[in-house]
Amino acid sequence: MRNTRRAAASVLGSAAVLGLVLTGCSPSASDAPSGEAVTQDQIDEAMTTPTELTFWTWVPDIEDEVKLFEEKYPDISVTVENVGQGLPHYQKLRSAIEAGEGAPDVAQIEYQYIPSFVLGESLLDLTPYGADDLSGDYVEWAWNQVSPGEQVWAIPQDVGPMGNLYREDILAQAGITEPPATWEEYATAAEAVKTSTGSYISNLGATQAGQMIGFFWQAGVKPFGYDGAETVTIDVNSDGAKEVADYWTDLIQRDLISTDVDFNDAWYQGLASGKYAGWLTAAWGPVFLQGTAEGTSGLWRAAPLPQWEAGQNVSGNWGGSADAVLASSENPIAAAMLAQFINHDEESAMQLATQQFLYPPQTSVLEDPAFVDQGSEFYGGQQVNKLFAEISDTVDTDFEWLPFMDYVYSSYEETLGTVIADRGDISAALDTWQDQLVSYAEAQGFTVQ
Amino acid sequence: MSTTQTRAGATRRPSTATRRQHRAAYLFVLPFFVVFVAMLVVPLVYSGYLSLFERRLIGGESFVGLANYLRAFGDPNFWGGLGRVATFLVVQVPIMLGLALFFALALDSGRARGSRSARLLIFMPYAVPAVIATLMWGYLYGPDFGPLAQIARAVGLGTPDFLSPQSILGSMMNIVTWEFVGYNMIIMYAALRAIPAELYEAAEIDGAGQFRTAWSIKIPAIRPAIILTVIFSVIGSFQLFNEPSLLNAVAPDAISNSFTPNYYAYNLAFINQELNYASAIAFLLGLVIAVVSYVVQLGEQRRERRERKGMA
Repeated sequence: MRNTRRAAASVLGSAAVLGLVLTGCSPSASDAPSGEAVTQDQIDEAMTTPTELTFWTWVPDIEDEVKLFEEKYPDISVTVENVGQGLPHYQKLRSAIEAGEGAPDVAQIEYQYIPSFVLGESLLDLTPYGADDLSGDYVEWAWNQVSPGEQVWAIPQDVGPMGNLYREDILAQAGITEPPATWEEYATAAEAVKTSTGSYISNLGATQAGQMIGFFWQAGVKPFGYDGAETVTIDVNSDGAKEVADYWTDLIQRDLISTDVDFNDAWYQGLASGKYAGWLTAAWGPVFLQGTAEGTSGLWRAAPLPQWEAGQNVSGNWGGSADAVLASSENPIAAAMLAQFINHDEESAMQLATQQFLYPPQTSVLEDPAFVDQGSEFYGGQQVNKLFAEISDTVDTDFEWLPFMDYVYSSYEETLGTVIADRGDISAALDTWQDQLVSYAEAQGFTVQ
Repeated sequence: MSTTQTRAGATRRPSTATRRQHRAAYLFVLPFFVVFVAMLVVPLVYSGYLSLFERRLIGGESFVGLANYLRAFGDPNFWGGLGRVATFLVVQVPIMLGLALFFALALDSGRARGSRSARLLIFMPYAVPAVIATLMWGYLYGPDFGPLAQIARAVGLGTPDFLSPQSILGSMMNIVTWEFVGYNMIIMYAALRAIPAELYEAAEIDGAGQFRTAWSIKIPAIRPAIILTVIFSVIGSFQLFNEPSLLNAVAPDAISNSFTPNYYAYNLAFINQELNYASAIAFLLGLVIAVVSYVVQLGEQRRERRERKGMA
């Protein structure tokens, strides 16, 4: 039935725009061949044709940025829909794609989930729509996330380069005046903090795959790889990964790091009450923390992550998302322009950074004094944005994901999550995780390298 | 006599009146059947159909026959979940129904003061949506700021961990018992109210006390109601979903993806994207529930028959 309906629609459609079809100017998806650049005339025409777009995102108040777009292109009207954050959002998106109708034109997608939609050929390659010209306007590693090869699958919206937020007062009580520069120093500091104040230097969320993968990223471990077709690389139990795992196993077993599940009430209280003297988090963390631990304003400071080698300066990423255009969109030009405008227009990008507090991947914002020179009272007047802008430059540029991250995370929870919570051997759990991922990938028909 | 005659006549040649009645009857059940077929039979058949296929991320869909079922038979996660709900059934259901029976008898005896408000209070948790109930218990169980842990610490008992992998099943039993005692009690209480008063009078004349009356008259008299609650509880236990799904947010390390078969099927479908295998699991679960419910009912029927024979 679905096919008949679509066939009927296309018959009607082609009859109506017969003239356009003949000249090759139809606004419908099938007539904008991928790979061939869309001309400025086509863009102008599409942007002055009354069009309705749907945009699925969970960014709060993004209507403000959408309004800027609608002011610039009064003929385009955009409906913003929030269908849930994270997993529920992707479930609905997949169902709509599967059903062949009801999918939005533009959707927010976190970096690690992009490959799973590329796999289903659900995303529109934005190269013909001028997205390639934007590559220089974003930090390199973020651009690699949306464009691992020739194609551009989405436009980066926000990122989460990782740093270290810590309580200066608690560390000072333990005699630590400088934030630990290496992981070795961090372990020593953890012991001092525990013995003299009773606090944990930080908490490793037992089931928080994003944080652990961020640590892998920093250590230069490449656990995943995907060629965009049928071959995946799975290497979560490499020597490098095990080194990271052993480091944390040791600290956890010496009771210097807590392993509470994060992002729940008890954990918020722990941050606010000084149970944790720090949080190894991403660039979205500083603002998040301000809302969570209001009572401790002025006591926090930010620093880069501790390093594996003295003198090194590298970091990983945790979180962030991009806006992609669905291949099923009937208005690909307008949709591509929306995804680009929201995350590229200077006013819109600046607004996302300063009103929604999304940490920007756009170099224009990262270099704007209005953004980076801002002092933050919560961090004792420190220029936290500037610090994370510097960290952002140190993030390893090549990090890939698997096209089934939902399963990867849920399997992490099953294998590493339970072991971390039980203070067990994380390295051994990496082997189990590896086995589960490989057998899942093989069962799904991938070639595993 | 005359009634049998009319009925015999009716079967041979139905009068227009009865025919009209029949038509009206069908008309009345029609809406039910439409909904029943559209919302139950069709999805059921469709999921049975789905369970015979396999869809891979690479390579698409293919017919695999019963392979999904064979996989389920060798799947330790499925059996683990089934074992967990079986434990749940064996431990929690007797406690819950015992409590419900006790409350129902206590209320029925008329000795408890303020029985009307007591009835309401016991029933109230059932009116609380399972989602709210689980979130509330998640807070009560919290190891740092939960009141239970704070009280335990205050009296020097240390911090009990209700949400550890070892104790989560017990904590869940507690939630479900709290939720459903009232519901089961109401069913039993209603049955108790329907017992004819003459029986009590006769028992009193025979010199039976309150306990004797309860044991020898009330409980046997409401046995059908009790069996009904047992079957509801069997089905409810096997279908546990809300509690593990919501507690997973509080204690993700303790609740595995296959904690209960229903939760496993959900995760298979929406996280692993193995919709076909999930359908097979759901079907097998339905089969297990049907078998267990049938065994319970059969056991009861046998006992009834045996007792009747014994009396004769």
